[in-house]
Amino acid sequence: MITISIASGKGGTGKTTIANNLAVVASDNGHSVAYMDCDVEEPNGALFLKPKIEETHAVSVSIPQVDPEKCTGCGLCGEICQYSAIVVLKTKPLVFPELCHGCGGCWVVCPAGAITETYRDTGRLETGHAGEVQFAQGILNVGEVMAPPVIRQVKAIKTNADLLIIDAPPGTSCPVIESIRGADLVLLVTEPTPFGLNDLKLAVEMVRVLMLPFSVIINRADVGDDRTRNYCQSEQIDVLAEIPDDRRIAEAYSRGELVCKALPEYRHVFSELLERIEKKVTSGKDAAERRTNR
Amino acid sequence: MKELTVISGKGGTGKTSVVASFAALADRSVLADCDVDAADLYLVLEPKILRQENFSGGKRARIDHNLCTACGKCEELCRFDAISFDGEGNERLQKTFRVDPIACEGCGVCEWFCPDKAIIFTAAINGQWYVSETRHGPMVHAKLGIAEENSGKLVTTVRQEAKKIAEQRGFDTIIVDGSPGIGCPVIASITATNLVLAVTEPTVSGLHDLKRVADLTSHFNIPTLVCINKWDLNRDVADEIERQVTNNGLVVAGRIRYDKAVTEAQIKGLSVVEYEEGGCADDIRELWRNVLDHLQGLT
Repeated sequence: MITISIASGKGGTGKTTIANNLAVVASDNGHSVAYMDCDVEEPNGALFLKPKIEETHAVSVSIPQVDPEKCTGCGLCGEICQYSAIVVLKTKPLVFPELCHGCGGCWVVCPAGAITETYRDTGRLETGHAGEVQFAQGILNVGEVMAPPVIRQVKAIKTNADLLIIDAPPGTSCPVIESIRGADLVLLVTEPTPFGLNDLKLAVEMVRVLMLPFSVIINRADVGDDRTRNYCQSEQIDVLAEIPDDRRIAEAYSRGELVCKALPEYRHVFSELLERIEKKVTSGKDAAERRTNR
Repeated sequence: MKELTVISGKGGTGKTSVVASFAALADRSVLADCDVDAADLYLVLEPKILRQENFSGGKRARIDHNLCTACGKCEELCRFDAISFDGEGNERLQKTFRVDPIACEGCGVCEWFCPDKAIIFTAAINGQWYVSETRHGPMVHAKLGIAEENSGKLVTTVRQEAKKIAEQRGFDTIIVDGSPGIGCPVIASITATNLVLAVTEPTVSGLHDLKRVADLTSHFNIPTLVCINKWDLNRDVADEIERQVTNNGLVVAGRIRYDKAVTEAQIKGLSVVEYEEGGCADDIRELWRNVLDHLQGLT
């Protein structure tokens, strides 16, 4: 299976558009495809793929539960917690569940056995199908702080597809890293504007730290200036596709329509992108094999 | 003193372009760029950095391979899959345990329970924050280190510094540029702020994401205004957003037309209100007057 993660530093550059159209075109071309929306704060893939949701599961995280009968008020739980999620005021501990990272320190350290692990829902997973495409999305509950546990559970879903497309959130911090980790190729979607370029550079630094293979897609390629192309060239980054700034694409998007359906003349852009992705991933894997065989 | 936080839910709706124009229009205001993992406001405001500070959002564990006896306790306890048996060897062992600094969440459980005191648990530098001067007044901004966490704490730091500056100089307004989404950095940027302006766009995604942002601000009980950017891209969806927003008791404070001048201004390093008269710059001027009225009307 090939796993492609679609990310961007800047928001609104077209991650979801690329991810959805790639999934549908690949599926139409005979591939077995899975699409996972890991932008759990604002998942939008379903607005375009319009999947039939077959199953919903709660996503839960571990939190401590204190038995006041057994608690001796020793304070070790408050001492080990780095997140101020369990605080010992006077004698008995107070738990702040939203701050808890579920590290387990407090219930392991408690000498009285007064703390046990319990669970709290912070989001949900939805799975189903959009045509032949296997669909999954994570949805973080409104008011919750931590997206990574929901993302981890989306990625834990089993799939037999030969192409897995992961739609990542914008930015360069923990939720993005969780979404792109383990990908065979990360596609960074950008637009050739100063903001787009600045955030692309940050995203490139991020994938380099994580040592993941990556390429760039330039969306709305004819707005802005040449600085983005020049940057990619000087950094020897492959640009796998350029998509023009066509008002009809923006309008189709605004209505929740897939570009490859609303404007079939763009279908070839995604077919060609798919071929380049396959070539890039295969040659990367060959090179890795040659290195290990040496 | 009043604080306005500009957020959007969906990315790329034009938060930073709107904030840059507000900066040019506002008198006696402090700017705070709280989009700490993709900060762009500095590209338009060209800040002169006066002060730079390291930011530490938490601690991180590291294993001293010379002291590790490879008992495996740390790996057994770590809930973040951050420990693996592929560390450097020592005179007794071929290999030892190693902490993946990217996966480590800084809980310190491994250090606490290590029987050999082989784990070093110290403050990590997760980024920098800056106090700067721009042509539109003081600005506090930050850069989260690559692949770092604790963006929420950095956001809180930036807001606190902006507040200090506003107090020192007797300024009335703080304008905060937030990040996309509804998670940790966004919650940190709106907690106890006076007013939120949510910038959306007339697309089904814009509407979907706006609803989640509106739920978030109502969850925290923060007065919220909405602005529909590039509204003429799809007039039907723009009307639908306005209808739903009004039904939910929120106020549409303005509509901004689609205008290529926004990108042209950005390339020149200007806000659009500095770059052109008329066009969308007029819409933003009117939006700012409405936002300011709301801000000053708050008690």
